[in-house]
Amino acid sequence: MTRFLVSRLLQAIVVLLVMSFLVTALIGLMPGDPVDLMLAGNPHATPADAARLRAVYGVDRPPVERYLHWLGGAVQGDFGYSRLFSRPVPEVIGPRLVNTGILLGAAFLLAVALALPLGVAAARRPWSLADDAVNLLCFAGISVPPFWLALLLILLFAVTLQWLPASGMAPVGGGSWVDGLRHAALPVATLAIASVGGYTRYVRSAMLVELRQDYIRTARAKGMTERRVVWRHALRNALIPVVTIMALEFGALFSGALVTETMFAWPGMGKLIYDSIMGNDYNVALVALLLATAMTLLGNLLADVAYAALDPRISFRAEPR
Amino acid sequence: MRRTWVKGLLAGALTAAIMAAVPAAAAKDELVIGINQFPANWHPSIEAMATKAYIEGMTRRPFTVYDADWKLVCMLCTELPSVEKGTAVYETRADGSRGVAVTFTIHPDARWGDGKPVTTRDVLFTWEVGRHPQSGFSNFDLYGRDIVSIDVKDERTFTMHRDKPVCDYAAINDFRLLPEHLERPVFDADPATYRNRSVFETDPTNPGLVAGPYRMTEVASGSHVVLEPNPHWWGQKPAFRRIVVRAVENSAALEANLLAGQVDMVAGEVGLPLNQVLALEKRQGQRFRFLYKQGLIYEHIDLNLDNPVLKDLRVRKALLHAIDREAISRQLFEGRQPVAHNQTNPLDRVHAPGYPTYPFDPAAAGRLLDEAGWTDKRGGIRHNAAGERLQVEIMTTAGDRTRELLQQVMQAQWKQAGIDARIVNEPARVLFGQTLKERRFKAMALFAWISSPENIPRTTLHSSMIPTAANGWAGQNMTGFRDAEMDAVIDKLEYVCEPEPNRLLRTRLQQIYAEQLPALPLFFRSDAYVLPPWLDNLVPTGHQGFSSFWVETWRVK
Repeated sequence: MTRFLVSRLLQAIVVLLVMSFLVTALIGLMPGDPVDLMLAGNPHATPADAARLRAVYGVDRPPVERYLHWLGGAVQGDFGYSRLFSRPVPEVIGPRLVNTGILLGAAFLLAVALALPLGVAAARRPWSLADDAVNLLCFAGISVPPFWLALLLILLFAVTLQWLPASGMAPVGGGSWVDGLRHAALPVATLAIASVGGYTRYVRSAMLVELRQDYIRTARAKGMTERRVVWRHALRNALIPVVTIMALEFGALFSGALVTETMFAWPGMGKLIYDSIMGNDYNVALVALLLATAMTLLGNLLADVAYAALDPRISFRAEPR
Repeated sequence: MRRTWVKGLLAGALTAAIMAAVPAAAAKDELVIGINQFPANWHPSIEAMATKAYIEGMTRRPFTVYDADWKLVCMLCTELPSVEKGTAVYETRADGSRGVAVTFTIHPDARWGDGKPVTTRDVLFTWEVGRHPQSGFSNFDLYGRDIVSIDVKDERTFTMHRDKPVCDYAAINDFRLLPEHLERPVFDADPATYRNRSVFETDPTNPGLVAGPYRMTEVASGSHVVLEPNPHWWGQKPAFRRIVVRAVENSAALEANLLAGQVDMVAGEVGLPLNQVLALEKRQGQRFRFLYKQGLIYEHIDLNLDNPVLKDLRVRKALLHAIDREAISRQLFEGRQPVAHNQTNPLDRVHAPGYPTYPFDPAAAGRLLDEAGWTDKRGGIRHNAAGERLQVEIMTTAGDRTRELLQQVMQAQWKQAGIDARIVNEPARVLFGQTLKERRFKAMALFAWISSPENIPRTTLHSSMIPTAANGWAGQNMTGFRDAEMDAVIDKLEYVCEPEPNRLLRTRLQQIYAEQLPALPLFFRSDAYVLPPWLDNLVPTGHQGFSSFWVETWRVK
């Protein structure tokens, strides 16, 4: 196990290095630079002014030199300053990461909590009315654009019923945990509805396969209760492909949800990454995208570990082949 | 069974508790303003941003600003300098160059929010930081070139020596004062990293940063800002105990916040697009008060005059005659966005009517195109004797619904005149960051210029301001307009200050623009305000001296 983890860690470092270079190169390919954006509103700026500002912001050096300079700082824990926010990058990303973690984490848990029983229920009676109803809901959730769903929820719960706030994370001054829940309710519901359909379809499909396996027939023949057969035996095996999908989603938990965050004025990573790319804020964009990559790698690692827990046949021990 | 029942009861109680905690209606000593973007940073001179300027309007006071009547007024000073009063003196420096010395006196009661007086030390410090090559100020031209020196008379009075003998010597709207007592230690420690360590960034709610009716007391990054009255404000007492500025970046969501009562008003300067407000007024006309103010955002089409088709003045005139701007204004903007016939707004004091205009006249457009040799109409599109098709490309910012709609209407109208306009749009970042800046657009580009009242359009119309690789793409004369008379008029306008000669020059400038049509004037954009019926005295300005500069006069009916 240790050997496996060390090997994956080394692979992750290589992937992150390659990604950091690629992201820097891609950002560098975009037209214009930060100084162009800054001087766009100043018609009196001269080329000398532009050159001076490029030197001040360090964008006068070749991209490779800038990248190596950034990398040198990053390995020592110095990720530089945000050009847009004039703050150290971790100070800019930290609070947004927490906000996004809360929003997407809650939505993820809610979606999984709904998808498991729905997927199982649909698979237990395939092609029944219940299955059709679940499928209909799934496709509706998958098909509805998040901005439209968000707007509908705002109009219903905030404008018409006035039960829930339309935007923000908390009332002015902070508020209690109940206020926090009220503010999170609509964005969490929007994201959960958008992803529950997909998860349910995966669970249903995996469960359909498992429920036709011989070991399920054997378990039933042995007189095991249907509840035990489904939830303890079939679901456990069905979860392996589902976990893979969910692991891939883990990285997305930290890259934010641009549309939902924008609709609900939720200051998260999605909006930050978008703004930093559009505003040529190299340091923030680079670190935020690397963070998303790292989280995706971590998610995959966790999925691999989870496989072993779910399926005893999977082992990390080196065996002769 | 019992456990399930208990769980259900708990879940129900939690839901009821969450739903019951509906916010109380905002008291009328509190105002919640919705804006469309949260400012990324707070330093007044690093990285210009409209929403930051809007909030600064409540917390800071510039020396001078244009008011709602587009007249220059003093805010932090006691009176505007003038030649007549002897507080502005044209001078010849030791090297023989000419300039102007302007004397300002800081308002005697002016104080920072921590009670420290605003003094000439703050003026000198601001100038020192602004002209420092490593400070990162984007308006270096003001601090580094325009202001040659500053003489201090006493704690409150100083004389600023300006580089050129300009007519608008009294306007120092962009000289944004910094509190020396807070910022000096940070700047002296390391000017190169000052922009990241400034108190504006590390402690934005520090009361010593403000010199206006309100101070920031809470900054929830990406969400909202809370402002409360500044106890050391020397002017009229503001009406609101608290102002909350809430950022909702999606316009549909901002409107929903307004309808849900989470915001009381939407700022016209940094709020909703005009057509969305027009639609809202139709639905909610009784619930809110709607104000529209045309302003200095000049929506137009820049023409690339190096394009062989557009080089011909007759084609440029035909393009304008072929579009029905009045009908577009009526249909798309319900007449709230007036048609522009020149780059100078009729509300501007320096506007000089009498220049040629080009109303919708398809017959005139046809005649002009015939004269230009585009006579052969095949498949509805004109061709010239060489068989070339009359085809031009029009670009704008992709995703801007109003501009894209406008583009499609004009495309259809041009087609009626036999002109094939091809739409090629780009994201704003690419269009402004590269295509326009480097004059890569092939024919036409639809966008807007923002200017201040009494602006002299040197950067957009003087031939020395054509961006080229040789000058590092400096200047904003993207059309490539070269006219010796226009250059001479612009050169003189900056220094000929006597009213009558100045008026004649302004008149001639507007005539040349209308006669030569380097760009096709379309509209002057309007700011649309959605206000609660109980809010009184908010006066839109229509320019970059936002209405928030007069926040202390806002009242509850």
